[in-house]
Amino acid sequence: MTLQEQYIRKHKRSHRMIFLARLCIIVVFLLVWEISADTGLIDPFFFSSPSRVCKSFVTLYQENSLLTHIGITLLETILSFLLVFGISMLAATLLWYSDKISAVLEPYLVVLNSLPKSALAPLFIVWLGTGIKTIIVAGISVAVFGAIISLYTGFALTEPEKCKLITTLGGNRKQIFNKVVLPSNILLILSTMKVNIGLSLVGVIIGEFLAARRGLGYLIIYGSQTFKMSMVITSIVILCVIAMLLYLALQFAEHWYKKRVL
Amino acid sequence: METSYLSLDHLSYAYHGMHGETCALTDISFSVKKGEFIAIVGPSGCGKSTLLSLIAGLLTPESGKILFPMLAKDESPKIGYMLQHDHLFEWRSIYKNVILGLEINHLCTPEKLAKVDSYLKDYGLWDFRDKSPSELSGGMKQRAALIRTLALEPELLLLDEPFSALDYQTRLQVSADICRIIRAEKKTALLITHDLSEAISISDRVIVLSSRPASVKIQIPIRLTLPDDSMLAARNAPEFKTYFNLLWEELHDDTAGTIYQKT
Repeated sequence: MTLQEQYIRKHKRSHRMIFLARLCIIVVFLLVWEISADTGLIDPFFFSSPSRVCKSFVTLYQENSLLTHIGITLLETILSFLLVFGISMLAATLLWYSDKISAVLEPYLVVLNSLPKSALAPLFIVWLGTGIKTIIVAGISVAVFGAIISLYTGFALTEPEKCKLITTLGGNRKQIFNKVVLPSNILLILSTMKVNIGLSLVGVIIGEFLAARRGLGYLIIYGSQTFKMSMVITSIVILCVIAMLLYLALQFAEHWYKKRVL
Repeated sequence: METSYLSLDHLSYAYHGMHGETCALTDISFSVKKGEFIAIVGPSGCGKSTLLSLIAGLLTPESGKILFPMLAKDESPKIGYMLQHDHLFEWRSIYKNVILGLEINHLCTPEKLAKVDSYLKDYGLWDFRDKSPSELSGGMKQRAALIRTLALEPELLLLDEPFSALDYQTRLQVSADICRIIRAEKKTALLITHDLSEAISISDRVIVLSSRPASVKIQIPIRLTLPDDSMLAARNAPEFKTYFNLLWEELHDDTAGTIYQKT
Protein backbone atom coordinates (compact mmCIF):
# COMPACT_ATOMS: atom_id res chain seq x y z
CA MET A 1 0.00 0.00 0.00
CA THR A 2 1.42 3.40 -0.90
CA LEU A 3 1.66 6.17 1.64
CA GLN A 4 -1.05 8.08 -0.18
CA GLU A 5 -3.47 5.13 0.08
CA GLN A 6 -2.60 4.76 3.74
CA TYR A 7 -3.32 8.42 4.29
CA ILE A 8 -6.69 8.20 2.52
CA ARG A 9 -7.62 5.12 4.52
CA LYS A 10 -6.71 6.80 7.77
CA HIS A 11 -8.66 9.88 6.79
CA LYS A 12 -11.76 7.86 5.87
CA ARG A 13 -11.51 5.85 9.06
CA SER A 14 -11.42 8.93 11.22
CA HIS A 15 -14.47 10.27 9.34
CA ARG A 16 -16.34 7.02 9.96
CA MET A 17 -15.39 7.15 13.63
CA ILE A 18 -16.77 10.65 14.00
CA PHE A 19 -20.01 9.67 12.30
CA LEU A 20 -20.40 6.57 14.48
CA ALA A 21 -19.70 8.54 17.64
CA ARG A 22 -22.37 11.07 16.69
CA LEU A 23 -24.88 8.31 15.99
CA CYS A 24 -23.98 6.59 19.29
CA ILE A 25 -24.74 9.68 21.35
CA ILE A 26 -28.27 10.08 20.00
CA VAL A 27 -29.07 6.35 20.11
CA VAL A 28 -27.79 5.96 23.68
CA PHE A 29 -29.62 9.09 24.74
CA LEU A 30 -32.93 7.89 23.27
CA LEU A 31 -32.48 4.39 24.73
CA VAL A 32 -31.67 5.62 28.23
CA TRP A 33 -34.60 8.02 28.08
CA GLU A 34 -37.04 5.34 26.90
CA ILE A 35 -35.87 2.74 29.41
CA SER A 36 -35.88 5.07 32.39
CA ALA A 37 -39.38 6.24 31.49
CA ASP A 38 -40.63 2.66 31.08
CA THR A 39 -39.04 1.41 34.30
CA GLY A 40 -40.37 4.35 36.28
CA LEU A 41 -36.95 5.89 36.97
CA ILE A 42 -38.35 9.17 35.66
CA ASP A 43 -42.00 10.11 35.55
CA PRO A 44 -43.19 9.91 31.91
CA PHE A 45 -45.95 12.37 32.78
CA PHE A 46 -43.33 15.12 33.17
CA PHE A 47 -40.51 13.82 31.00
CA SER A 48 -42.38 11.94 28.26
CA SER A 49 -40.40 9.35 26.30
CA PRO A 50 -39.33 8.76 22.70
CA SER A 51 -42.21 6.36 22.02
CA ARG A 52 -44.72 8.80 23.51
CA VAL A 53 -43.25 11.60 21.41
CA CYS A 54 -43.72 9.48 18.28
CA LYS A 55 -47.32 8.74 19.24
CA SER A 56 -47.93 12.39 19.98
CA PHE A 57 -46.51 13.28 16.59
CA VAL A 58 -49.05 11.01 14.89
CA THR A 59 -51.94 12.34 17.01
CA LEU A 60 -50.94 15.92 16.37
CA TYR A 61 -50.75 15.19 12.70
CA GLN A 62 -54.14 13.46 12.59
CA GLU A 63 -56.16 15.54 15.07
CA ASN A 64 -54.52 18.92 15.58
CA SER A 65 -53.49 19.77 11.99
CA LEU A 66 -49.78 19.78 12.81
CA LEU A 67 -48.90 20.77 9.25
CA THR A 68 -50.79 24.06 9.59
CA HIS A 69 -48.85 24.89 12.77
CA ILE A 70 -45.55 24.08 11.10
CA GLY A 71 -46.56 26.04 8.00
CA ILE A 72 -47.54 29.11 10.03
CA THR A 73 -44.28 29.14 11.96
CA LEU A 74 -42.28 28.63 8.79
CA LEU A 75 -44.16 31.37 6.97
CA GLU A 76 -43.70 33.83 9.84
CA THR A 77 -40.00 32.97 10.11
CA ILE A 78 -39.33 33.34 6.41
CA LEU A 79 -41.30 36.59 6.20
CA SER A 80 -39.47 38.13 9.12
CA PHE A 81 -36.16 36.84 7.79
CA LEU A 82 -36.79 38.45 4.39
CA LEU A 83 -37.79 41.70 6.07
CA VAL A 84 -34.66 41.58 8.26
CA PHE A 85 -32.60 41.04 5.12
CA GLY A 86 -34.21 43.98 3.30
CA ILE A 87 -34.19 46.37 6.25
CA SER A 88 -30.63 45.60 7.33
CA MET A 89 -29.25 45.89 3.79
CA LEU A 90 -30.97 49.22 3.29
CA ALA A 91 -29.91 50.57 6.66
CA ALA A 92 -26.31 49.39 6.34
CA THR A 93 -26.09 50.94 2.87
CA LEU A 94 -27.43 54.23 4.17
CA LEU A 95 -24.99 54.19 7.10
CA TRP A 96 -22.13 53.45 4.71
CA TYR A 97 -23.16 56.32 2.44
CA SER A 98 -23.14 58.91 5.17
CA ASP A 99 -20.44 59.05 7.84
CA LYS A 100 -22.51 61.65 9.66
CA ILE A 101 -25.63 59.50 9.92
CA SER A 102 -23.63 56.50 11.12
CA ALA A 103 -21.77 58.58 13.71
CA VAL A 104 -25.07 59.98 15.02
CA LEU A 105 -26.92 56.65 15.12
CA GLU A 106 -24.14 54.44 16.48
CA PRO A 107 -24.99 54.60 20.22
CA TYR A 108 -28.68 53.94 19.49
CA LEU A 109 -27.83 50.86 17.46
CA VAL A 110 -25.54 49.53 20.17
CA VAL A 111 -28.19 49.98 22.87
CA LEU A 112 -30.99 48.48 20.77
CA ASN A 113 -28.76 45.56 19.83
CA SER A 114 -27.87 44.68 23.41
CA LEU A 115 -31.45 45.09 24.70
CA PRO A 116 -33.15 41.72 25.32
CA LYS A 117 -35.78 41.84 22.61
CA SER A 118 -38.20 39.52 24.43
CA ALA A 119 -38.79 42.46 26.76
CA LEU A 120 -40.35 44.31 23.84
CA ALA A 121 -42.82 41.57 22.93
CA PRO A 122 -45.53 42.69 25.41
CA LEU A 123 -45.33 46.18 23.91
CA PHE A 124 -45.83 44.81 20.42
CA ILE A 125 -48.95 42.95 21.61
CA VAL A 126 -50.44 46.16 23.00
CA TRP A 127 -49.57 48.10 19.86
CA LEU A 128 -50.30 45.54 17.18
CA GLY A 129 -52.74 43.10 18.81
CA THR A 130 -52.37 39.34 18.81
CA GLY A 131 -51.73 37.99 15.38
CA ILE A 132 -49.23 37.42 12.65
CA LYS A 133 -48.17 41.10 12.57
CA THR A 134 -46.95 41.05 16.16
CA ILE A 135 -45.12 37.80 15.65
CA ILE A 136 -43.33 38.97 12.53
CA VAL A 137 -42.33 42.21 14.25
CA ALA A 138 -41.01 40.17 17.18
CA GLY A 139 -39.02 38.03 14.75
CA ILE A 140 -37.57 41.13 13.08
CA SER A 141 -36.73 42.86 16.35
CA VAL A 142 -34.53 40.01 17.53
CA ALA A 143 -32.36 39.89 14.41
CA VAL A 144 -32.39 43.27 12.74
CA PHE A 145 -30.08 45.41 14.89
CA GLY A 146 -27.28 42.87 15.01
CA ALA A 147 -27.62 42.40 11.26
CA ILE A 148 -27.36 46.15 10.59
CA ILE A 149 -24.27 46.42 12.78
CA SER A 150 -22.40 43.50 11.24
CA LEU A 151 -23.29 44.46 7.66
CA TYR A 152 -22.31 48.08 8.21
CA THR A 153 -19.02 47.06 9.85
CA GLY A 154 -18.24 44.83 6.88
CA PHE A 155 -19.11 47.56 4.38
CA ALA A 156 -17.01 50.11 6.24
CA LEU A 157 -14.01 47.77 6.30
CA THR A 158 -13.93 47.35 2.51
CA GLU A 159 -10.34 47.82 1.34
CA PRO A 160 -9.91 51.60 0.94
CA GLU A 161 -7.42 51.14 -1.92
CA LYS A 162 -10.03 49.27 -3.94
CA CYS A 163 -12.48 52.14 -3.35
CA LYS A 164 -9.75 54.58 -4.39
CA LEU A 165 -9.32 52.63 -7.61
CA ILE A 166 -12.95 53.34 -8.54
CA THR A 167 -12.41 57.02 -7.76
CA THR A 168 -9.32 57.14 -9.97
CA LEU A 169 -11.38 55.60 -12.77
CA GLY A 170 -13.84 58.44 -12.38
CA GLY A 171 -16.50 56.65 -10.33
CA ASN A 172 -18.74 58.22 -7.67
CA ARG A 173 -19.80 56.85 -4.31
CA LYS A 174 -22.72 54.90 -5.73
CA GLN A 175 -20.39 53.13 -8.15
CA ILE A 176 -17.93 52.39 -5.35
CA PHE A 177 -20.81 50.68 -3.57
CA ASN A 178 -22.04 48.71 -6.58
CA LYS A 179 -18.67 47.72 -8.01
CA VAL A 180 -16.62 47.11 -4.87
CA VAL A 181 -18.42 47.22 -1.53
CA LEU A 182 -21.33 44.98 -2.47
CA PRO A 183 -19.48 42.28 -4.42
CA SER A 184 -16.62 42.06 -1.93
CA ASN A 185 -19.07 41.59 0.93
CA ILE A 186 -21.31 38.86 -0.53
CA LEU A 187 -19.81 36.22 1.74
CA LEU A 188 -20.27 38.43 4.80
CA ILE A 189 -23.89 39.04 3.79
CA LEU A 190 -24.50 35.30 3.43
CA SER A 191 -22.92 34.46 6.78
CA THR A 192 -24.84 37.27 8.51
CA MET A 193 -28.03 35.89 7.03
CA LYS A 194 -27.16 32.41 8.30
CA VAL A 195 -27.17 33.83 11.81
CA ASN A 196 -30.30 35.88 11.16
CA ILE A 197 -32.51 33.03 10.02
CA GLY A 198 -31.91 31.38 13.41
CA LEU A 199 -32.56 34.62 15.27
CA SER A 200 -35.76 35.24 13.31
CA LEU A 201 -36.98 31.82 14.38
CA VAL A 202 -36.18 32.69 18.01
CA GLY A 203 -38.18 35.93 17.70
CA VAL A 204 -41.10 34.20 16.03
CA ILE A 205 -41.30 31.57 18.79
CA ILE A 206 -41.19 34.26 21.49
CA GLY A 207 -43.98 36.05 19.64
CA GLU A 208 -46.03 32.87 19.36
CA PHE A 209 -45.60 32.16 23.08
CA LEU A 210 -47.34 35.40 23.86
CA ALA A 211 -49.65 36.22 21.03
CA ALA A 212 -50.65 33.30 18.86
CA ARG A 213 -53.41 30.80 18.36
CA ARG A 214 -51.43 28.79 15.84
CA GLY A 215 -47.80 27.81 15.25
CA LEU A 216 -45.24 25.66 17.02
CA GLY A 217 -44.65 28.27 19.74
CA TYR A 218 -48.35 28.14 20.51
CA LEU A 219 -48.25 24.31 20.64
CA ILE A 220 -45.37 24.47 23.13
CA ILE A 221 -47.16 26.92 25.45
CA TYR A 222 -50.51 25.12 25.07
CA GLY A 223 -48.87 21.74 25.73
CA SER A 224 -47.05 22.96 28.83
CA GLN A 225 -50.16 24.60 30.27
CA THR A 226 -52.23 21.45 29.80
CA PHE A 227 -49.36 19.20 30.90
CA LYS A 228 -49.11 17.44 27.56
CA MET A 229 -45.33 17.14 27.73
CA SER A 230 -45.19 14.88 24.69
CA MET A 231 -46.74 17.68 22.66
CA VAL A 232 -44.13 20.17 23.93
CA ILE A 233 -41.23 17.88 23.17
CA THR A 234 -42.59 16.94 19.74
CA SER A 235 -42.84 20.63 18.85
CA ILE A 236 -39.29 21.25 20.07
CA VAL A 237 -37.98 18.38 17.98
CA ILE A 238 -39.77 19.77 14.92
CA LEU A 239 -38.27 23.19 15.66
CA CYS A 240 -34.82 21.59 15.72
CA VAL A 241 -35.44 20.13 12.28
CA ILE A 242 -36.78 23.42 10.90
CA ALA A 243 -33.82 25.38 12.26
CA MET A 244 -31.42 22.91 10.73
CA LEU A 245 -33.15 22.92 7.34
CA LEU A 246 -33.23 26.72 7.14
CA TYR A 247 -29.56 26.87 8.06
CA LEU A 248 -28.70 24.25 5.47
CA ALA A 249 -30.63 26.15 2.80
CA LEU A 250 -28.47 29.23 3.37
CA GLN A 251 -25.33 27.16 3.57
CA PHE A 252 -26.26 25.68 0.25
CA ALA A 253 -26.63 29.20 -1.18
CA GLU A 254 -23.18 30.05 0.17
CA HIS A 255 -21.58 26.95 -1.35
CA TRP A 256 -23.26 27.65 -4.65
CA TYR A 257 -21.93 31.21 -4.65
CA LYS A 258 -18.40 30.15 -3.73
CA LYS A 259 -18.34 27.50 -6.43
CA ARG A 260 -19.69 29.81 -9.07
CA VAL A 261 -17.70 32.93 -8.37
CA LEU A 262 -14.56 32.06 -6.41
CA MET B 1 9.83 78.09 -25.42
CA GLU B 2 8.01 74.77 -25.62
CA THR B 3 4.81 74.80 -23.63
CA SER B 4 4.47 72.11 -20.98
CA TYR B 5 1.58 69.67 -20.63
CA LEU B 6 1.46 69.81 -16.85
CA SER B 7 2.87 72.50 -14.67
CA LEU B 8 2.88 72.72 -10.87
CA ASP B 9 3.12 76.19 -9.46
CA HIS B 10 4.24 76.58 -5.81
CA LEU B 11 2.10 73.71 -4.63
CA SER B 12 1.67 73.09 -0.88
CA TYR B 13 -0.44 70.64 1.06
CA ALA B 14 -0.87 69.70 4.73
CA TYR B 15 -2.92 67.05 6.50
CA HIS B 16 -4.95 68.28 9.44
CA GLY B 17 -5.68 66.28 12.55
CA MET B 18 -6.78 66.94 16.12
CA HIS B 19 -3.17 66.75 17.23
CA GLY B 20 -1.93 69.33 14.79
CA GLU B 21 -1.14 69.59 11.14
CA THR B 22 1.38 67.61 9.16
CA CYS B 23 2.92 69.47 6.31
CA ALA B 24 3.29 67.02 3.41
CA LEU B 25 4.34 69.18 0.48
CA THR B 26 5.79 72.63 0.44
CA ASP B 27 6.38 74.91 -2.51
CA ILE B 28 6.58 72.28 -5.24
CA SER B 29 7.10 73.62 -8.74
CA PHE B 30 8.01 71.72 -11.88
CA SER B 31 6.63 71.15 -15.31
CA VAL B 32 6.27 68.18 -17.59
CA LYS B 33 6.37 68.22 -21.39
CA LYS B 34 3.98 66.16 -23.47
CA GLY B 35 5.29 62.63 -23.96
CA GLU B 36 7.89 63.00 -21.25
CA PHE B 37 8.53 60.22 -18.75
CA ILE B 38 9.33 61.58 -15.30
CA ALA B 39 10.46 59.57 -12.28
CA ILE B 40 9.98 61.01 -8.82
CA VAL B 41 12.19 59.70 -6.03
CA GLY B 42 12.38 60.70 -2.42
CA PRO B 43 12.74 59.30 1.07
CA SER B 44 9.87 57.09 2.15
CA GLY B 45 6.91 58.92 3.66
CA CYS B 46 7.92 62.24 2.13
CA GLY B 47 4.56 62.85 0.45
CA LYS B 48 5.11 61.43 -3.03
CA SER B 49 1.70 59.77 -3.10
CA THR B 50 0.09 62.97 -1.86
CA LEU B 51 1.60 64.71 -4.87
CA LEU B 52 -0.01 62.24 -7.28
CA SER B 53 -3.36 62.46 -5.49
CA LEU B 54 -3.24 66.25 -5.90
CA ILE B 55 -2.44 66.01 -9.62
CA ALA B 56 -5.20 63.42 -10.08
CA GLY B 57 -7.65 65.78 -8.39
CA LEU B 58 -8.40 63.41 -5.51
CA LEU B 59 -7.14 66.11 -3.13
CA THR B 60 -7.36 69.89 -3.45
CA PRO B 61 -4.14 71.88 -2.95
CA GLU B 62 -4.05 74.29 -0.02
CA SER B 63 -2.04 76.79 -1.97
CA GLY B 64 -0.46 76.89 -5.39
CA LYS B 65 -1.83 75.73 -8.71
CA ILE B 66 -1.89 72.68 -10.94
CA LEU B 67 -2.06 73.81 -14.54
CA PHE B 68 -2.57 72.07 -17.85
CA PRO B 69 -1.50 74.86 -20.25
CA MET B 70 -2.27 72.91 -23.42
CA LEU B 71 -5.90 72.33 -22.55
CA ALA B 72 -8.78 74.70 -23.14
CA LYS B 73 -10.29 76.36 -20.06
CA ASP B 74 -13.33 74.09 -19.76
CA GLU B 75 -11.48 70.94 -20.73
CA SER B 76 -10.53 68.60 -17.91
CA PRO B 77 -7.33 66.57 -18.24
CA LYS B 78 -7.58 62.86 -18.95
CA ILE B 79 -5.58 61.26 -16.20
CA GLY B 80 -4.94 57.58 -15.59
CA TYR B 81 -3.82 56.51 -12.14
CA MET B 82 -2.05 53.23 -11.43
CA LEU B 83 -1.90 52.16 -7.82
CA GLN B 84 0.70 50.11 -5.99
CA HIS B 85 -1.29 46.88 -6.22
CA ASP B 86 -3.20 45.72 -9.25
CA HIS B 87 -6.50 45.56 -7.32
CA LEU B 88 -8.06 43.33 -9.92
CA PHE B 89 -11.40 42.10 -8.63
CA GLU B 90 -11.56 38.38 -8.04
CA TRP B 91 -15.31 38.35 -8.78
CA ARG B 92 -14.73 39.59 -12.33
CA SER B 93 -12.93 37.93 -15.22
CA ILE B 94 -9.81 39.66 -16.57
CA TYR B 95 -11.85 41.11 -19.43
CA LYS B 96 -14.53 42.44 -17.06
CA ASN B 97 -11.77 43.91 -14.89
CA VAL B 98 -10.14 45.64 -17.80
CA ILE B 99 -13.36 47.33 -18.96
CA LEU B 100 -14.26 48.45 -15.41
CA GLY B 101 -13.30 52.06 -16.16
CA LEU B 102 -15.37 52.12 -19.35
CA GLU B 103 -18.30 50.62 -17.47
CA ILE B 104 -18.08 53.28 -14.75
CA ASN B 105 -17.99 56.09 -17.29
CA HIS B 106 -20.70 54.51 -19.47
CA LEU B 107 -18.25 54.40 -22.37
CA CYS B 108 -18.63 50.79 -23.50
CA THR B 109 -18.83 51.80 -27.17
CA PRO B 110 -17.76 49.41 -29.96
CA GLU B 111 -14.69 51.56 -30.76
CA LYS B 112 -13.48 51.62 -27.16
CA LEU B 113 -14.07 47.92 -26.72
CA ALA B 114 -12.21 47.20 -29.95
CA LYS B 115 -9.31 49.24 -28.58
CA VAL B 116 -9.35 47.13 -25.40
CA ASP B 117 -9.32 43.97 -27.51
CA SER B 118 -6.28 45.18 -29.39
CA TYR B 119 -4.48 46.05 -26.13
CA LEU B 120 -5.24 42.58 -24.81
CA LYS B 121 -3.90 41.02 -28.00
CA ASP B 122 -0.81 43.24 -28.19
CA TYR B 123 0.18 42.70 -24.60
CA GLY B 124 -0.34 38.97 -24.37
CA LEU B 125 -3.54 38.75 -22.34
CA TRP B 126 -6.04 37.85 -25.05
CA ASP B 127 -5.97 34.13 -24.23
CA PHE B 128 -6.45 34.89 -20.57
CA ARG B 129 -9.39 37.27 -20.86
CA ASP B 130 -11.90 34.83 -19.38
CA LYS B 131 -9.65 33.72 -16.52
CA SER B 132 -9.97 35.09 -13.02
CA PRO B 133 -7.13 37.29 -11.69
CA SER B 134 -5.82 34.63 -9.28
CA GLU B 135 -4.95 32.41 -12.26
CA LEU B 136 -2.50 35.00 -13.64
CA SER B 137 1.11 35.71 -12.71
CA GLY B 138 2.04 38.94 -10.94
CA GLY B 139 3.39 40.45 -14.14
CA MET B 140 0.28 39.63 -16.15
CA LYS B 141 -1.92 41.11 -13.45
CA GLN B 142 0.07 44.33 -13.52
CA ARG B 143 -0.28 44.45 -17.32
CA ALA B 144 -4.04 43.90 -16.98
CA ALA B 145 -4.14 46.77 -14.49
CA LEU B 146 -2.30 48.96 -17.01
CA ILE B 147 -4.76 48.08 -19.78
CA ARG B 148 -7.60 48.93 -17.39
CA THR B 149 -6.00 52.36 -17.02
CA LEU B 150 -5.27 52.76 -20.75
CA ALA B 151 -8.82 51.77 -21.74
CA LEU B 152 -9.99 55.25 -20.75
CA GLU B 153 -7.35 56.70 -23.08
CA PRO B 154 -5.65 58.99 -20.58
CA GLU B 155 -3.11 61.53 -21.76
CA LEU B 156 -1.24 61.65 -18.47
CA LEU B 157 -0.39 58.51 -16.51
CA LEU B 158 0.34 58.63 -12.80
CA LEU B 159 2.15 55.54 -11.54
CA ASP B 160 2.34 55.15 -7.77
CA GLU B 161 5.09 52.57 -7.23
CA PRO B 162 3.27 50.10 -9.44
CA PHE B 163 6.05 47.51 -9.27
CA SER B 164 6.93 47.60 -5.59
CA ALA B 165 4.68 44.69 -4.67
CA LEU B 166 6.46 42.34 -7.08
CA ASP B 167 9.54 40.24 -6.37
CA TYR B 168 12.82 41.42 -7.89
CA GLN B 169 12.92 39.10 -10.94
CA THR B 170 9.33 39.82 -11.93
CA ARG B 171 9.84 43.46 -11.20
CA LEU B 172 12.63 43.91 -13.74
CA GLN B 173 10.59 42.15 -16.38
CA VAL B 174 7.31 43.92 -15.60
CA SER B 175 8.73 47.41 -15.30
CA ALA B 176 10.45 46.92 -18.65
CA ASP B 177 7.18 45.66 -20.16
CA ILE B 178 5.04 48.42 -18.75
CA CYS B 179 7.43 51.15 -19.77
CA ARG B 180 7.68 49.81 -23.28
CA ILE B 181 3.88 49.89 -23.49
CA ILE B 182 3.66 53.42 -22.12
CA ARG B 183 6.32 54.65 -24.57
CA ALA B 184 4.65 52.81 -27.45
CA GLU B 185 1.33 54.51 -26.64
CA LYS B 186 3.17 57.87 -26.41
CA LYS B 187 1.74 58.80 -23.03
CA THR B 188 3.06 61.40 -20.65
CA ALA B 189 3.92 59.67 -17.40
CA LEU B 190 4.86 60.43 -13.81
CA LEU B 191 6.32 57.47 -11.96
CA ILE B 192 6.89 57.35 -8.23
CA THR B 193 9.56 54.89 -7.19
CA HIS B 194 12.05 54.27 -4.44
CA ASP B 195 14.26 52.20 -6.73
CA LEU B 196 16.99 54.47 -8.12
CA SER B 197 18.08 52.11 -10.91
CA GLU B 198 14.47 51.81 -12.01
CA ALA B 199 14.17 55.59 -12.10
CA ILE B 200 17.34 56.01 -14.18
CA SER B 201 16.62 53.22 -16.63
CA ILE B 202 13.02 54.21 -17.29
CA SER B 203 12.74 57.96 -17.22
CA ASP B 204 13.75 61.02 -19.21
CA ARG B 205 14.15 63.06 -16.07
CA VAL B 206 14.39 62.25 -12.36
CA ILE B 207 12.96 64.66 -9.81
CA VAL B 208 14.37 64.25 -6.31
CA LEU B 209 12.16 65.31 -3.41
CA SER B 210 13.46 66.17 0.05
CA SER B 211 12.13 64.52 3.19
CA ARG B 212 8.86 65.69 4.66
CA PRO B 213 7.66 68.33 4.06
CA ALA B 214 8.68 67.51 0.51
CA SER B 215 10.10 70.12 -1.80
CA VAL B 216 11.91 69.68 -5.11
CA LYS B 217 15.56 69.17 -4.31
CA ILE B 218 17.00 68.72 -7.75
CA GLN B 219 15.91 67.69 -11.24
CA ILE B 220 18.29 65.51 -13.22
CA PRO B 221 17.72 64.91 -16.94
CA ILE B 222 18.80 61.41 -17.92
CA ARG B 223 20.70 60.87 -21.16
CA LEU B 224 21.95 57.35 -21.66
CA THR B 225 23.96 56.10 -24.64
CA LEU B 226 22.06 53.01 -25.65
CA PRO B 227 22.44 50.39 -28.36
CA ASP B 228 18.69 49.78 -28.24
CA ASP B 229 15.72 50.92 -26.19
CA SER B 230 15.52 48.09 -23.70
CA MET B 231 15.54 48.80 -20.01
CA LEU B 232 18.00 46.05 -19.22
CA ALA B 233 20.49 47.60 -21.64
CA ALA B 234 19.99 50.90 -19.86
CA ARG B 235 21.44 49.42 -16.71
CA ASN B 236 24.66 48.70 -18.58
CA ALA B 237 24.99 52.15 -20.14
CA PRO B 238 28.26 53.88 -19.24
CA GLU B 239 26.48 56.86 -17.65
CA PHE B 240 24.27 54.71 -15.44
CA LYS B 241 26.71 54.55 -12.54
CA THR B 242 27.31 58.30 -12.54
CA TYR B 243 23.60 59.04 -12.38
CA PHE B 244 23.14 56.43 -9.70
CA ASN B 245 25.82 57.94 -7.49
CA LEU B 246 24.52 61.44 -8.09
CA LEU B 247 21.00 60.46 -7.02
CA TRP B 248 22.29 58.45 -4.11
CA GLU B 249 24.25 61.48 -2.82
CA GLU B 250 21.23 63.72 -3.18
CA LEU B 251 18.96 61.38 -1.26
CA HIS B 252 21.50 60.36 1.32
CA ASP B 253 22.67 63.75 2.59
CA ASP B 254 19.04 64.61 3.09
CA THR B 255 17.73 61.58 4.89
CA ALA B 256 20.61 59.97 6.67
CA GLY B 257 23.33 62.57 6.70
CA THR B 258 24.12 62.02 10.32
CA ILE B 259 24.16 58.25 10.20
CA TYR B 260 26.23 57.66 7.08
CA GLN B 261 28.76 60.45 7.54
CA LYS B 262 31.97 59.75 5.74
CA THR B 263 34.68 58.62 8.07
